[in-house]
Amino acid sequence: MSIFEYNGSAVVAMVGKNCFAIASDRRLGVNLQTIATDFQRIYKIHDKLYIGLSGLATDAQTLYQRLVFRHKLYQLREERDMKPETFASLVSALLYEKRFGPYFCQPVIAGLDDDDVPFICTMDCLGAKELAKDFVVSGTASESLYGVCESMYKPNMESEELFETISQALLSSVDRDCLSGWGGHVLLVTPTEVVERTLKGRMD
Amino acid sequence: MECVFGLVGDGFALVAADSSAVNSILVHKSNEDKIMILDSHKLLGASGEAGDRVQFTEYIQKNVHLYEFRNGIPLSTAAAANFTRGELAQALRKDMDNHLERSELKSLDLTPISVGIITSKFVVTTILAPSVGTAQPKGCIGNGRDSSIAGYDKDIGPSLYYIDYIATLHKVDKGAFGYGSFFSLSMMDRHYHSGMSLKEAVDLVDKCIVEIRTRLVVSPPNFVIKIVDKDGAKEYAWRETIKDAEEPTA
Repeated sequence: MSIFEYNGSAVVAMVGKNCFAIASDRRLGVNLQTIATDFQRIYKIHDKLYIGLSGLATDAQTLYQRLVFRHKLYQLREERDMKPETFASLVSALLYEKRFGPYFCQPVIAGLDDDDVPFICTMDCLGAKELAKDFVVSGTASESLYGVCESMYKPNMESEELFETISQALLSSVDRDCLSGWGGHVLLVTPTEVVERTLKGRMD
Repeated sequence: MECVFGLVGDGFALVAADSSAVNSILVHKSNEDKIMILDSHKLLGASGEAGDRVQFTEYIQKNVHLYEFRNGIPLSTAAAANFTRGELAQALRKDMDNHLERSELKSLDLTPISVGIITSKFVVTTILAPSVGTAQPKGCIGNGRDSSIAGYDKDIGPSLYYIDYIATLHKVDKGAFGYGSFFSLSMMDRHYHSGMSLKEAVDLVDKCIVEIRTRLVVSPPNFVIKIVDKDGAKEYAWRETIKDAEEPTA
């Protein structure tokens, strides 16, 4: 079994009309055994920027701590929050630093930039950025997620419809992947508010 | 065949561990204490290779004490757990970077157990990762250790943290490691509820121990149970089926 499948994960982000949604599953496993069903994969960097880290949980935690450190330093020096594009470049650089001993994580970055235009991107474990205008996926369930998102996604969805779409996409994809699931965690971010919801799916 | 498991009850956290010290097919002793008392209100139950386990848990214990001496107040359970995770995470990649810079992937010191071969989906080359199993190159302390940290804080109450040998940290209500975890986790899923009294929790632990003894092929004969509550961390009981012979007295 590959090191990326050690803990099991599924993360997806979608763009709507002046909003974005980012969702993840909640399972923390060790190979075939489930350790916890309330694991947090999506982390907040600042009010309008979130990062979901799939892959090996220990590297996700280490990487998150390093990113928060770098962002706090940036805030102190520049007296403002980082833009999503800048943050994506930072993550990419941090990952490529470890080119010959990488962090086994695939981040999904989602944010609203200064004009409240949503920005999403994903990258592989070495920092190769993949920008998208519609949706990005990562994790053990990524193949199912690609299929489901491609069929369910429509451009310019309002926030409620976006929430429905991303939830259905996540739940149906993780149902086909034994290593991810046990519910879902969805964050819907608009310029004015952040709504965080927990989904109850098949608990297996 | 090591079994460590723990759970959080009403105002206390409990950790149980087997107590066999084993080397291949030989059992050195059956009353080895694998749950280290870190300070007045914290327990660290660890499983893994004997020498590494003792070195690592003592290292954590001494550092926890050092913090208290330097700052005058003890670490919280969450802080101690995060410190432990940090040490493990650092040790995880220490030798790896050295090896790879010097030898350029040619002569990695890979141990035969648990070598991970990684293929990135986006990159063609394969990347070999060094072993994260128990037999480590020198300099890597604490690898191959699963641990659980139980503690009691005055403001938060009891808490239990699961820490994997590759430094995955998660706060849990019930957790288990080792082959015994396959049985004890299932028993706890069935019988655990939040806010269990001490008697109920110890009954559940006994159920788990019975299950491990019945179903695990080389099950450990003896277990130790330690609890931590508002009055401190202490040994609660032993569950023994094999007692060491009494020392002969003159």
